[in-house]
Amino acid sequence: MSEKFDVIVVGAGPAGISCSYELAKAGVNVLLIERGEYPGSKNVMGGVLYRKMMEDVIPEFWKEAPLERPIVEQRFMMMDKESAVTVGYKGMEWGQEPYNNFTVLRAKFDQWFAGKAVEQGALLVNETVVLECIVEDGKVVGVRTDRPDGDLYADVVVLADGVNSLLAKSLGFHKEFRPDEVALATMEIIKLDKKTIEDRFNLEENQGTTIELFGDATKGILGTGFLYTNKDTLSLGVGSLLSGLIKHKIKPYELLEYVKNHPMIRPYIAGGEPVEYLAHMIPEGGYKSMPKVAGNGVLVVGDAAQLVNAIHREGSNLAMKSGQFAAEAVLLAKEHDDYSEATLNHYKTRLMSSFVGQDMKKYKDSTHHFDKFPQYFDKYIPMVNKAASQMFTVDGSSKWEKQKKIWRDVGTAGEKFKLARDAYRAWKVMK
Amino acid sequence: MLHIVACIKQVPDTKIIKMNPKTNTMDRASAPAILNPYDAHAVEEAVRLKKRYGGTVSVLTMGPPPAVKAIKKCIEIGADEGYMISDRAFAGADTLATSYALTKAIEKISQIKPVDLIICGKMTIDGDTGQVGPGIARRLDMPPLTSVNKVKEINLEEGYAIVHRKLEDGYEVIQSTMPCLMSVEKEINDVPYSSMTNMLKAARYQPVIWAVADLEDVERTQLGLKGSPTIVSKVWAPTKPSGGEMLEGDAAQQTEQLLNLLLEKKELFAVKGGSGVEL
Repeated sequence: MSEKFDVIVVGAGPAGISCSYELAKAGVNVLLIERGEYPGSKNVMGGVLYRKMMEDVIPEFWKEAPLERPIVEQRFMMMDKESAVTVGYKGMEWGQEPYNNFTVLRAKFDQWFAGKAVEQGALLVNETVVLECIVEDGKVVGVRTDRPDGDLYADVVVLADGVNSLLAKSLGFHKEFRPDEVALATMEIIKLDKKTIEDRFNLEENQGTTIELFGDATKGILGTGFLYTNKDTLSLGVGSLLSGLIKHKIKPYELLEYVKNHPMIRPYIAGGEPVEYLAHMIPEGGYKSMPKVAGNGVLVVGDAAQLVNAIHREGSNLAMKSGQFAAEAVLLAKEHDDYSEATLNHYKTRLMSSFVGQDMKKYKDSTHHFDKFPQYFDKYIPMVNKAASQMFTVDGSSKWEKQKKIWRDVGTAGEKFKLARDAYRAWKVMK
Repeated sequence: MLHIVACIKQVPDTKIIKMNPKTNTMDRASAPAILNPYDAHAVEEAVRLKKRYGGTVSVLTMGPPPAVKAIKKCIEIGADEGYMISDRAFAGADTLATSYALTKAIEKISQIKPVDLIICGKMTIDGDTGQVGPGIARRLDMPPLTSVNKVKEINLEEGYAIVHRKLEDGYEVIQSTMPCLMSVEKEINDVPYSSMTNMLKAARYQPVIWAVADLEDVERTQLGLKGSPTIVSKVWAPTKPSGGEMLEGDAAQQTEQLLNLLLEKKELFAVKGGSGVEL
């Protein structure tokens, strides 16, 4: 006999768990279905968890959640082949409560987070794949799983099944994503002892650093790399738009090998032992790639709704917020006993008027812009490196001469014009 | 109606566990805890017998609180009830003390409902001894049927069971009185993908948990480390064999090379106390 729940949430990542947590807390009968062996076993991200949105779900979570290090320093490295220009900020205010953000390992963190939802009364079933939504009279009424007697029913199905959401696609909410709408990221978790990490990154105990890598980290292809400090491991990864990898015929793991051997990165990871290799797709199409997020009896949250801010490497926080908004909409629908698209659209309204929707709109053209004009990554970053080298090399020529030379090196008047135009364009898509 | 108790254990997944090179002990944090694979087959066999003859399947484990997860896994397979004995006093038990504690728990379960059959996995993958099952049988004065790879018949009214026991060169058919204890081989069954009904039941299930004080007539000196006469004199990780000879060429060439090699090394065929094989 098929059971009926108030809500079925498909996928135990930040979006699905937040949604389940809020619903269970409000006394809603919610079933959370995860395909992995346990929540987090198949979930991947570089590793930055934002305090604010997590705290909105579980106040003072840092007192019990399995976190790696609070981040006290953020660096941005613009890399050329054998050089890098680095900017950053380090502040002690980030090293104390309530903190700014943390590095986390998702396999541990998601498991803990899902456990909190279960404590609130959510029912969690692992190792189960949802094959499709059960649709009756134009309304989603449940899910079909891959298990014997696997049909389950619910008033609302929340799709938190991640990037490339096959369930939202099968409902016709989005088309197959294009290669320039998704990035492919690969990363390694590299084991080093605690003391070595703290020495190499100039950290004290319970302090962490994140370094974002631009330019040669991705061989000039649009994308970024990252190097984050965990307790006794480093997370090193690199991600590029699928279209870029295809165009340059580079395999993602080759890119990772390249970064590992880059002279700017190599000393950080020297002597480390890779203990895990992970790869995942990231939805980077932005606002314009967002699918329909609410339908009759169904909501789409997190990566499944393409909620990623690629420029600011944010995603899990947007996912959590969307999960909360979805829960809010479900509660409203429950109150009116009306699970139609019209009522559930409350979710979309809340989402788009919040910082999530605002940021998605703000950066709606950024990925496409940088994808269309590769010179930012393959030309201007090396240019900045060369300029810095010129300026800081003491060779007896005056600083005036140096500035003139740097300006000359930009190229002809036409190229100078292009640089100014590209700077303006970049400002426009980011403003 | 049969009442079957399946004894199970949560173990570290020794396929991926790392050894601490300094202490030569298993680094338990390096591997996830799983249901002992042999025990999954024991539970599955119990569930199959329940379907064949009617009855109930109870699972029993001794372990720390996280071992509830292993019981839930058994509910997913189709067990009806789960019992767990958990107490600091049980810690550090060897096979003698473990079989004692489990026997006390089975006696308690028997008071709720008389037990007709106990099924265990052949052995655990972290201890590899296979002693706990027979130990329980001895303490309960039941016939221990080890290496069972098929349960041919159970006749509760007449009070007998017929099973196949795996031997090196085949199997033997044994008839035993009931109640009895069986420890089963992996090939006795395939554990299928659990139904959604069982998954939901398991997700909601909370086992009965007993401490030492909940059990009756327990001799505390026989529990845990105190009740364990086993002395571990040395533990080491086996070294991986290295070297060896690779044969090359096509199948015919390789066969010829191998044959020549074997003819050269007749000692490989020497039978203890015999004169070897004439080639």
